[in-house]
Amino acid sequence: MTTRTEAARNGPGPEAAGGGDRVTIPVSGMTCAACSGRVQRALSKQAGVKEAAVNLMLGNATVSFDPAATSPDALVETVRATGYGAELPRPERTAFDEQADRDRAQEEEFRELSLKAGVSIVAAAVAMAASMPLMAADAHGGHGATVDPFMRWVMGWLSPLLERAMPWLYAVPGPVLSYGLLALTAGVMGWAGRHFYTRAWAAFRHHAADMNTLVALGTGAAFLYSVAATVAPGFFVARGVAPDIYYEAVVFIIALVLAGNALEARAKGQTSAALRALANLRPETARVLRDGVEVELPTEEVRHGDVLAVRPGERVPVDGEVVTGGSAVDESMLTGESVPVRKGPGDRVIGGTINRTGAFRYRATTLGADSVLSRIVKLMRDAQGSRAPIQRLADRISAVFVPVVISIAIATFVVWFVAADSAPGVRAFAAAVAVLIIACPCAMGLAVPTAVMVATGKGAEAGVLVKGGEALQRARDVDTVVLDKTGTVTEGRPTVTELALAPGARGEVVASEEELLRLTASVEAQSEHPLADAVVQHASARGIVPAHAESFEAVTGRGAVGVVEGRAVAIGNARLMEDYAVRTDPLRADAERLAEQAKTPMYVAVDGRLAGLVAVSDPIRAGSREAIARMKRMGLEVVMLTGDNRRTAEAVAREAGVDRVVAEVLPEGKVAEVARLQGEGRTVAMVGDGINDAPALARADVGVAIGTGSDVAMEASDVTLMRGDLDGVASAIELSRRTMRTMKQNLFWAFVYNVVGIPVAAGVLYPAFGMLLSPVLASAAMAFSSVSVVTNSLRLRGIRLA
Amino acid sequence: MNTADVMVVVAGIAAIAWVNFYFFVGGRTPARSAAALGGVQEVTVVVRGGYEPAHVRVTRGAPVRLVFDRQETSGCSEEVVLPDFGIRRFLPAHRKTAVEFTPDRAGSYDFTCGMSMLRGRITVVDRKEGES
Repeated sequence: MTTRTEAARNGPGPEAAGGGDRVTIPVSGMTCAACSGRVQRALSKQAGVKEAAVNLMLGNATVSFDPAATSPDALVETVRATGYGAELPRPERTAFDEQADRDRAQEEEFRELSLKAGVSIVAAAVAMAASMPLMAADAHGGHGATVDPFMRWVMGWLSPLLERAMPWLYAVPGPVLSYGLLALTAGVMGWAGRHFYTRAWAAFRHHAADMNTLVALGTGAAFLYSVAATVAPGFFVARGVAPDIYYEAVVFIIALVLAGNALEARAKGQTSAALRALANLRPETARVLRDGVEVELPTEEVRHGDVLAVRPGERVPVDGEVVTGGSAVDESMLTGESVPVRKGPGDRVIGGTINRTGAFRYRATTLGADSVLSRIVKLMRDAQGSRAPIQRLADRISAVFVPVVISIAIATFVVWFVAADSAPGVRAFAAAVAVLIIACPCAMGLAVPTAVMVATGKGAEAGVLVKGGEALQRARDVDTVVLDKTGTVTEGRPTVTELALAPGARGEVVASEEELLRLTASVEAQSEHPLADAVVQHASARGIVPAHAESFEAVTGRGAVGVVEGRAVAIGNARLMEDYAVRTDPLRADAERLAEQAKTPMYVAVDGRLAGLVAVSDPIRAGSREAIARMKRMGLEVVMLTGDNRRTAEAVAREAGVDRVVAEVLPEGKVAEVARLQGEGRTVAMVGDGINDAPALARADVGVAIGTGSDVAMEASDVTLMRGDLDGVASAIELSRRTMRTMKQNLFWAFVYNVVGIPVAAGVLYPAFGMLLSPVLASAAMAFSSVSVVTNSLRLRGIRLA
Repeated sequence: MNTADVMVVVAGIAAIAWVNFYFFVGGRTPARSAAALGGVQEVTVVVRGGYEPAHVRVTRGAPVRLVFDRQETSGCSEEVVLPDFGIRRFLPAHRKTAVEFTPDRAGSYDFTCGMSMLRGRITVVDRKEGES
């Protein structure tokens, strides 16, 4: 079995294969083996190409190449140079195209089915009217009529009215009516119901059976029986069997099944409404600056680095970074954030969002498959294609369902034939047909996938991207939420709030606070730690230019050391100071006070002597407190993990409302911590920004990446929150709980429907209650059981996630 | 029980036996091995009321391309699902749609239509076995 990550790469486009990359390029214009040979030779000769295979039948070239030596674009150019057309597959185009194809097919299907259903219903009414005089005659011991008990009851009630309205109909001879019905029914079966028979036959040839098999068998048998009764009634009468006909039942069954299928097609189309909405977000054209002039170009032709102009009210065509101007941009369609976000120079804008107030120009950064919108569409398509484990049982039943139902129908016929006192053949036949008609495998097949479709779409609308059915199912069982402090509970943008010299350090260890900051920033400039970044930012804000630090070393979980202008500088926590035998006593009280205020104090030592203290504060995100309270109300235990010192961590936890804190965790320790909680029998959701917690996200039962942070996080996580705040975590779990409930309702209904419906149709209630199910009612039940399952899934669209 | 009853019982049992044999046992078709094209193993599967071939044999570790040639408009076959590879793909009617994946473990994997009514099987064999 392939891994998830590999599966995620399965779309067209470049993919990694054994150290190199592989790409499939559609090539057009090749008509013969000589053409494909030429393209193949040209590609093989290209530097960096390891292997090229051109397929004439499929019209494409599959190339393995070394990404360092060549690129997919270069390969396309090579193909074009041979005189054939080539274009790189654009997964996001194909995702959009596929959606359009699907919509077209669904719309077409709906139109066709509803037309056929409409005509069939009219035909059914006509057939019923024509059957009534026959039935009335039957009552006087003449020609046979319907045996469908429901139809008999309805027609018995309607017949006197009809006789008064259209007395001439009752004067038509019986055989004329029966032959007329025969022709009408054959017409309906041959036109409206045609696909039931052709598809059932096609499946049969493959030793397969589906819903069409059941409908075709049921209506086909009823029709053939009626034809025999029409053509040779004497044969039946001679054997003491009434020559009954079922024409109107056949037409009714076809009409009702078609009507059900039409409704189902419409409802199924609605399950992917959210994906369709996303696919339609990208504008067709973009206004690009070329040689200082604004040119309107198709969005696909925008290149990396192009500068684009966006006016108020327009959609942002591609992802990029604002160069000039500023505006408020409505990102709600991607992030679920209802308040427009202010954008100025340097800020990132996302393709598909709507520019509200101002005009701005921006530089295109990520395009095509890498753009945020494409990634979301791809993620959602993959999610909707995935299966929830809960579906396995339904799958196993579906696989054997139809042959088993046919077997039950045959057994029903046999039992009725042997056991019935009067008219055994007719009763046996009606019951067998009812069994075939009522059985509905579709409801079972639709129960889980439609819920996954609607739920992933609903999540995406709220900025919660769930990776698939399995993640959705696992999230339901989450009882513990682990939050990584930095960038999750807090903003993740720390700033320096305090800078103090150690008592007696001025002039002795460092000249001034500026000097302290300069030395610190010089070392921190080489560090990638977010706290280090805060120090460097602070220094540059004060106009201090950092010097070059030699022998830089980051000490994981403690701090960093380096040599600046011949002076040994160490910045970090108390443990780092201990390592260098630096006494921290003079500043310890200050450090503790700062930690109590949820700030992170860092000691600075120069040449082995304590120089001062830098405190950095990372404010708690707006909304973290409410989101954590919501999780607790949902019965979830919230745990906060951080590499920070205990005091600071506890202060942050107090402010955010977190009860359980695990502080001073090294990055590697996060995985162990998640594993430890799992060891306690908990189902853990790990929430992080994914920058240094990707392994922990992967280890957790449900990994939640917050913000659009990093690709690694998106890859490793089960849920990606497009919005920065923590509320999405609770929303994801809520969504999962609701979806699982819907899936269970659907499966329950689909199972119970068949488990109850089939025996009733077979007549198990007859001995006790004299109850027999009419095939026509069975067809109505069957048609609407699958519609009800899809409709139940669609109810998920209405849930409130906020 | 009269003669007619006995005949119906016998015929019924025979019919049930036949139905089960036909759908469950008779449906097993021999596997078709994929053709290797430049390192990609490719098989074209015709979709028309079922999958032809319904059983495909491929080698582990090398990329596989299944080209589904859907020659009908039946709603049943509009999607193909390879649950073990996380793939669900819409198949436009009367068109060929390629599905690609790389099996990295030997074994037997199903591919089905969107509602698991139509079934096919992919047998992944180890390299050696595949070459022989």
